[in-house]
Amino acid sequence: MDFLQLSKRTNLNKEKKHNILEELLFQYDLYLMVLPALILVAIFSYAPMYGLSIAFKDYSIMDGILKSPWTGLDHFKELFASLDFKRVFTNTLLISTYRLVFQFPIPIILALMLNEVKNNSFKKIVQNVTYLPHFVSWAIFGAIVLEVLSREGMVNKIIVGFDLKPLLFMTKKDYFRSIVVASQTWKEAGWSAIIYLASLSSIDPQLYEAAIVDGAGKLRQIWHITLPGIMSTVIFILILRMGSLLSTDVEQILMLYNPLVYETGDVIGTYVYRVGLGQMKYDFTTAVGLFQSLIGFILVLASNYLSRKTADTSLF
Amino acid sequence: MLISRKERIFLLINNILLAILGFITLAPFLHVLAKSLSNEADVSAGLVTFWPKGLNLKMYKVVLGSEEFVRSFGISVFITITGTILSVLIVSFAAYPLSKKYFKGRKCMSFVFVFTMLFSAGMIPSFLLIKNLGLIDKIWVLIVPGLFSTFNMILMRNYFYTIPPSLEESAKMDGSPNVIIFFKIYLPLSMPALATIAVYTAVGYWNSYMSALMYINNKTLYPLQMYLRQMVIDTDAGLVNLNPELINLNPEALRCSIIVSATVPILLIYPFLQKYFVKGVVLGAVKE
Repeated sequence: MDFLQLSKRTNLNKEKKHNILEELLFQYDLYLMVLPALILVAIFSYAPMYGLSIAFKDYSIMDGILKSPWTGLDHFKELFASLDFKRVFTNTLLISTYRLVFQFPIPIILALMLNEVKNNSFKKIVQNVTYLPHFVSWAIFGAIVLEVLSREGMVNKIIVGFDLKPLLFMTKKDYFRSIVVASQTWKEAGWSAIIYLASLSSIDPQLYEAAIVDGAGKLRQIWHITLPGIMSTVIFILILRMGSLLSTDVEQILMLYNPLVYETGDVIGTYVYRVGLGQMKYDFTTAVGLFQSLIGFILVLASNYLSRKTADTSLF
Repeated sequence: MLISRKERIFLLINNILLAILGFITLAPFLHVLAKSLSNEADVSAGLVTFWPKGLNLKMYKVVLGSEEFVRSFGISVFITITGTILSVLIVSFAAYPLSKKYFKGRKCMSFVFVFTMLFSAGMIPSFLLIKNLGLIDKIWVLIVPGLFSTFNMILMRNYFYTIPPSLEESAKMDGSPNVIIFFKIYLPLSMPALATIAVYTAVGYWNSYMSALMYINNKTLYPLQMYLRQMVIDTDAGLVNLNPELINLNPEALRCSIIVSATVPILLIYPFLQKYFVKGVVLGAVKE
């Protein structure tokens, strides 16, 4: 390499460095704009991750995080051996799976039905009514569910009408999971249907017209045109849901559960709340939470990868 | 358009089923509403389903006159309005630079934000942090931690992408600084997206009770949902009768009137805002 080329090189490097600093100063106001968000995220999302270390320590408030002695994987060993945790983990998994199986088809069917409605104002009314519960809090909706299923509630009134004894639904652990899933479906089905309705409206009407000309009945049309049309949305959402398999709506279960149904209804979130915050077993429940977060993380990455491979769409 | 008889029957059945579904969705609300307006004796006897028996407004007088209810309502209003305004500002501030391809460090910062959606430290570490920051029992703990939402930021960022860069270019040629461009060009043009995230954020603040449950022990700082939850638990346990205001009242009817009173705000706002809710879903589905 001759002298000329060498000097050009070094000049270029100098220019680059100069440009980076210059650009930083040049765009300082843009950096200021991102700053509040970065600070918030640093404090409330990343700083707690330092506290994750107590999952590997014997934490006592007096010693603080730094001075508490290390215990390695002891909490995790305790976790896997604990009957409590096995119960809680099973409940979480079961409720999530029931959700996936039952809550998944219902919005699709609802969307299909709504799509067929010719009268626009009727359609709007039904839509608005069905997605109203989504905007109500679980404090409210949970309280409503408790009222409906109470001894003097609506459901028992029907049961009593058949000359049977009223049932205290909320005390029956065998019913609890079903109540959780059913009430969540009630609350969310209408709202979830919107996404499907949006993709339904993007199906080319000419396909339908051609099918009618060929003599296809309603059901055939749905099977051959409508369903394939929304298939990519369906798969995308399905895969997305799989990523949140280990998470549950804690606000819902906290409203609906009581000690009588812990055996079937206690999930990871409520367990961590009750035993961690309530009984102050901070280090053990942090380990539980960490376990949940890690698995959730892996699941989301895996489902995102799957989604990209099959439906060609992904979150990122 | 000719509709065959078969199709007409299908449409009719479809509509009837939908009407039934709609009614089933409303039924629990109607049930609670009816109980809140009925005679106390009839409620206990389990005689109320959808229609109130006897018109009894006593429960509402008690609830709406109760200091605790009014105070928790006010707290919810405060945290919702403050939280929403601050959040929308912070989120759109952050989304703007991240929407510019020439912004150095864009990829890195985006990753920092997106990562928080994938992995979180969990309930206990967050609790310990709040405790160590001295935020327990302070009203700001109900606002500040929830101020930034990565999801909303991504929504805004994607919307900013759709604004023609020529507007910015010509403003820059006129020597306009970035902040002015943001306020005078981008924000006014992004009203639909801003309205959508504002509505989502507001509903989030209004409805949540988890923060209050974990971080607030002082009952005078309870937001509305937390108050409702507490009353549900208390009336169930028969503890309400210890409160001199509420003694001798049918706990069930009382509960129902609190539920209805807490729901009414959302019901009133809902018709005005529902188009933003729906728009938001569509906006959120727009890919990069």
